[in-house]
Amino acid sequence: MLPVIHPSFRRLAPLVALIGVTVLAACAGGQPDAQAGRGTFDPYEEQNREVHAFNKDFDRKLVRPVSKGYDAAVPDDIEGAILRFSDNTSLPGAIVNNILQLNMKAAIEDTARLVVNTTVGLGGLFDPATEMGMPAASDADFGQTLHVWGAGEGAYIELPVLGPSTQRDTFGTVVDVFTNPLRYVLNDPSRAINRGTSVAKGLTRRSRFSDTIDEVLYDSADSYAQSRSIYLQGRRFELGGTGGETYTDPYEDDGSTAVMEDPYDQ
Amino acid sequence: MTNDTSRRTFVLSAVALAGTALVPLDAQALTEERARTLVAQVVREINQTIESSGSQAAVIRKFEQIFQRYADVSIIARSTLGADARRASNAQMQAFTNAFRGYITRKYGKRFDEFRGGRIEVNSVREVKSWHEVSATAYLPGQSPFEVRFLVSDKSGQDKFFDMVVEGISLRLSEREEIGAMLDQRNGDIDALIQALQNAG
Repeated sequence: MLPVIHPSFRRLAPLVALIGVTVLAACAGGQPDAQAGRGTFDPYEEQNREVHAFNKDFDRKLVRPVSKGYDAAVPDDIEGAILRFSDNTSLPGAIVNNILQLNMKAAIEDTARLVVNTTVGLGGLFDPATEMGMPAASDADFGQTLHVWGAGEGAYIELPVLGPSTQRDTFGTVVDVFTNPLRYVLNDPSRAINRGTSVAKGLTRRSRFSDTIDEVLYDSADSYAQSRSIYLQGRRFELGGTGGETYTDPYEDDGSTAVMEDPYDQ
Repeated sequence: MTNDTSRRTFVLSAVALAGTALVPLDAQALTEERARTLVAQVVREINQTIESSGSQAAVIRKFEQIFQRYADVSIIARSTLGADARRASNAQMQAFTNAFRGYITRKYGKRFDEFRGGRIEVNSVREVKSWHEVSATAYLPGQSPFEVRFLVSDKSGQDKFFDMVVEGISLRLSEREEIGAMLDQRNGDIDALIQALQNAG
């Protein structure tokens, strides 16, 4: 029987090796920093492009004009106060994530900021913490927590209305809704105010970075690919994964290799 | 240490003599001082431009000069074309590089206006692979400070920067995506791409 089994195993060997490599690759992807050098993993491109078309339409017909109107109608001082208020209400959720990441320094800094801005800053309408030179808010989120825990980025996903994300960050966004302590503390009208100010914050951002966003969405040859590239570069930078080593040397690169190389894969 | 000091003195006097940061390439490899000198010069010119009260057209012209003098436009252009650069003829590469320079100047020169009233400060330099990465911070009115990194190399024969990375977003990689999309839309026709670039931005 042995001679029969032997050739069939040999035929299977490449397959077994391939599975081994895939498993290894999956493990490597789970290491926090290994993903920084990865290129774009976008197996859902077709669906993503449909969502992108919807988002673009949504922006053109609603978000962009409303943000312009909001910016024109609301005095800058009030717009700024609403923005600061909304930033302040995002701190409890960030503190939870700092603790989950065992980043006690950031947890304490964010807590100090929350205390100062809620009291001296009249409920967050002002930002004395920054004026006093306190460390900037950590902006920790659950997507970041998953990254710290070793989860890989996963596939690129464009979410309706919310825009570019990844599988990991999409999961993080959902979890953040439930881990935000304010959700359990606030009563109904306060929650509505909270939601309202988040929308206002989005409108302020849309109008403040209007030229940049317009350029990406309406002036680029392929707004889907452009926003995907910018999102992934920015997010990987935010998560601290991109040092200078992630860039290839254009003087040696003949363009045939991936855009970003894996620094651990050499 | 004496060696370091004298090298720095040499660089500084070379800069003073030439009135420019383009230190001619000698046997010496690119040093941290030279990379820093180049970016300090770029930043000084940027700061002068955004302090000035010139028209938008003047700002775009100034940006073009800075880009032309301190950036390695041909390697940036080649790199954004990617693998397709290998099938382009020399004449096509030349035309593409020129069109690319105009396109970048118009596109980013326009945005340069937003830097008005702000300033950029150089922080640190470190060696990465074959180049030096100079990190700077931009302080713009009404915005939180953000990081800008310049990747500097002497492989072109002169000290020039071949990428600018703003908060992790690389100009070269973003433009590579854009140029690639433009080329795809034209079924890979490089001449059509060059023509389109002449009017884009």
